[in-house]
Amino acid sequence: MEKRLIKVTINGKLRELFVKSNDLLLNVLRNDLNLMGTKYGCGIGECGACTVLLDGQTVLACLILAVTVDGQEITTIEGMGDPVQLHPLQESFIEHGAVQCGFCTPGMLLAGEALLKENPNPSEEEIREYLRGNLCRCTGYAAIVKAIKSEAKSQSADPGTLSE
Amino acid sequence: MKTNTKILTSEFEYLECPTLAEALNCLSKYNGKAKILAGGTDLLIKMKSGLLQCQYLIFVKKIEALNYLISDKKTLRIGPMINLRSIEKNEQVKAYYSALFEAVRSMAATSVKNMATIGGNLCNGSPAADTAPPLLVYGATLKLSSMRGDRIVPVEEFFLGPSQTVLESDELLTEICLPDLGDQVGSSFLKLGRVSADIAKINVAVCLNRNGKTVGNCRIAFGSVAPTPIRIPEAEEILKGQEMSDELIVKAAKAAAGLIKPITDKRSTNSYRQQVSKVILEEGIRSAWQRAGGEL
Repeated sequence: MEKRLIKVTINGKLRELFVKSNDLLLNVLRNDLNLMGTKYGCGIGECGACTVLLDGQTVLACLILAVTVDGQEITTIEGMGDPVQLHPLQESFIEHGAVQCGFCTPGMLLAGEALLKENPNPSEEEIREYLRGNLCRCTGYAAIVKAIKSEAKSQSADPGTLSE
Repeated sequence: MKTNTKILTSEFEYLECPTLAEALNCLSKYNGKAKILAGGTDLLIKMKSGLLQCQYLIFVKKIEALNYLISDKKTLRIGPMINLRSIEKNEQVKAYYSALFEAVRSMAATSVKNMATIGGNLCNGSPAADTAPPLLVYGATLKLSSMRGDRIVPVEEFFLGPSQTVLESDELLTEICLPDLGDQVGSSFLKLGRVSADIAKINVAVCLNRNGKTVGNCRIAFGSVAPTPIRIPEAEEILKGQEMSDELIVKAAKAAAGLIKPITDKRSTNSYRQQVSKVILEEGIRSAWQRAGGEL
């Protein structure tokens, strides 16, 4: 099959990629770009392990044709923080023991980050509602919810954002 | 059946159409050989599992002119490429179109709702499509466009059977229009799934107008109880023009439960669906009535 050129900004960097029309975004990220943080879980939009941000909104990379994201912006877990400077939400996950096997964690973190951008101070119910498409099979959800809640609190307590 | 959902094995030619004119042109040119891709949350799963093949895939989600939600005081016009989450977050929908709001809120998870479009939910033609019962009770119309011209089809006439609609192979759904619902109106949507955000075992929508203590216009629609989402006119007639009471609600719901003929499938059984239809319809009528300002 013929390959097409797409231009996509991935984790802040503009990439030019040649993709086939039936290439899934998930496999382009993992196989072509070696961004292994995005996981293949169910492949049918049930588990959220392949969650990435497309123009800031959470989407499932297993149900997106790579050709369709031409001109758009994608953030994967690799764009959220790095081993030296973890993202504050990543720190919070570690602190609360919200990571066990780690398979769902990239999706959880990206969804959590998207939620906090949209709603800086979510209730526990709102967190659970927002993350209901991200399945975790080992920690249970309590620690994950706590980690997001705690990060929301610390963001709102940030001296830079406090009113006089 | 074992399916590899990690990759998409089927091969097709991808056609990206950033404008409506291009999309209609492509549909006409590849008449019958092309499928329409919008959010992909139904289509790609069907393609992965081998339930659907196509020679050409026409991508229409980026047609900006079909991505809108416009409400003047009386009517609501919805561009079919708008995603479900944008509908859920729309204040007008939340305030005045409770059944549609509740339907969209009950659907799938955040990421799926960011991807999925309302046009896709309808054109996929599932008997369980959650946006269908609300549109049925609002008396919505659909604009179907092709190179041959436009036609307006009431939602009631749109569905023909599972995965089947009146949409011709060169047509694209280009607008969903909700008419003036009148005064003292209330609507509701309820569904039962196995878990939250699940596909419906059964769903129901109610929209009614209130004249003092009596029911004015009234519409009731069920999903997942027939080959298509359906209205139950007989139950509507029981309510219309009558003074609202608990007994009346029970009578209408009982009649509706007797009229539907659901099937048994992997999601639920015939008898369960029949029994709970009564319960969720009672609840749906109550809540629509209260939203119309009525007391019980």
